[in-house]
Amino acid sequence: MNESVGIVEPKKLTLQGKLDLECGQSLTDIEIVYETYGNLNQDSSNAILICHALSGNHHAAGIYEGEKRPGWWDSLIGPGKAIDTNKFYVVCPNNIGGCHGSLGPSSINKETGDYFGPDFPIITVKDWVRSQSLLSDSLGIEKWHAVVGGSLGGMQALEWSRLFPDKIKKAGIIAAAPKLSAQNIAFNEVARQAILNDPDFAAGRYLDTGQSPKQGLKLARMVGHITYLSEEAMKSKFGRDLKEEKLNFVYDAEFEIESYLRYQGDVFSENFDANTYLLMTKLLDYFDPADDHQGDLAKAFEAIEAQLLVVSFTTDWRFAPERSREIVNALIAAKKRVSYLEIDSPHGHDSFLFADEDYTKGLSSFLEN
Amino acid sequence: MDTIEVIKNWVERNSEVLDLGCGDGEILKILSTESESTVIGVEINQEDINSCIKSGLNVIQQNIDEGLENFGDKSFDVVIMSQTIQVLKEPKKALMEVTRIGKESIVTIPNFGFLSTRLSLLFSGKMPVTGSLPKNWHETDNIHLCTIKDFEILCNESSINIIEKRFFNSSGNESLLAKISPNLFAATAMYKISQ
Repeated sequence: MNESVGIVEPKKLTLQGKLDLECGQSLTDIEIVYETYGNLNQDSSNAILICHALSGNHHAAGIYEGEKRPGWWDSLIGPGKAIDTNKFYVVCPNNIGGCHGSLGPSSINKETGDYFGPDFPIITVKDWVRSQSLLSDSLGIEKWHAVVGGSLGGMQALEWSRLFPDKIKKAGIIAAAPKLSAQNIAFNEVARQAILNDPDFAAGRYLDTGQSPKQGLKLARMVGHITYLSEEAMKSKFGRDLKEEKLNFVYDAEFEIESYLRYQGDVFSENFDANTYLLMTKLLDYFDPADDHQGDLAKAFEAIEAQLLVVSFTTDWRFAPERSREIVNALIAAKKRVSYLEIDSPHGHDSFLFADEDYTKGLSSFLEN
Repeated sequence: MDTIEVIKNWVERNSEVLDLGCGDGEILKILSTESESTVIGVEINQEDINSCIKSGLNVIQQNIDEGLENFGDKSFDVVIMSQTIQVLKEPKKALMEVTRIGKESIVTIPNFGFLSTRLSLLFSGKMPVTGSLPKNWHETDNIHLCTIKDFEILCNESSINIIEKRFFNSSGNESLLAKISPNLFAATAMYKISQ
């Protein structure tokens, strides 16, 4: 029953028209790389847009030919899974500013003939949603059955329901927050400083030197990774376990957690772009839909027509359940159609990636009701 | 009439309804389809929540004992609390909250003064296990059971206005006996109240 979507291949298209960004600049001829799973039905009414989070990309499900590692949300997307590809046509793009094929800092700026690098405009969640709306036009999807995402992806789903109320039927807002807290921004700032202060960063023009700021990116990821796990999960997975049997009185990685974080940081720094990471953390910091409404979130939600599902996880301390409840309470105050699930899961912020039964049942019931 | 019919009668069409402890959404489903009301439920049990979501109902996973501050004053036309108050830690506080949030509220309680409950205790000497109180004392979620008299005293003490009340026998229907001597013959009591 719960199978994989199998071998998948990314697709590419160029968005029609100009995208005016919140920062005042604009982008044209935007190349977007995306993947699709399942089949679009006759009246194009079964399409679900998946929005990825900070370090995510368009490869949400299935595997690439010759590779073993499935897409980042393979646990939830597939035949018979929470987002059932037997029923839905699932689309997942790599957002602009990304580093996996869509227009981003490593792309060539047609005006200068050189790559954007640090000059790539600062994108916002609104800009992303508008670019995704252009993508829907290109794909011939007038109205999404649902827009779903976790973490930063959930913020996009929320923004979709606000900005395009008539183009979205349902929104799944998972492990998200209505805006970042000072603590959230603080962690992002540490990550940025790690990158900016790496000598190989070269003011963002490291593609010229052939030396990328891997150390900085690794550190940034290590800090980020800590915030994705719950203390409980770390304790049960690593505790104070040592790599060797005894302490050696050196600064090498001696505890398992140290070598785990170093490994995660290394893998990430090989596969991710530093300018993109800077951009995405900034984009997170800027997200605040209530800002245009004197901080009144309920007012910010006035235009919403979609049916919404908000999901949080008990051990998530990055975007804790209280943060999801802020969204829910504002939606209730704005008299919107909302359901809220608070899932008991040990995996911290990363819980949204795991196919916990209560969570997947709730999500599939919501998508299929 | 049975309890659901009375609720349907008491809730005007197109009302905004909040059901605290909505279970699988039985009442909400009827109110949203038949009375065209805008409904939302609060529930803590995951399975019940799933049933609600499956039926397309809006439901919030929330522990009523931890507070209801997230619902504004008089933000709903009707707040329903059906067979729930007896499982809460602070029934009085909950009652105050219910009447704060709803312009009107409907509260249903199992009546511990019901004849068969009294007889069960009298003759067996054990905590009553009856149709409306089906579980053993150590298994039941009911921690604050009361009689009809008790409930009305609490309303009175809390300056809660009882607008209307209805009484039901053990098969869930209104009956003459239950009407004449509710504290003895009603298994369930339903109140329409306000602040």
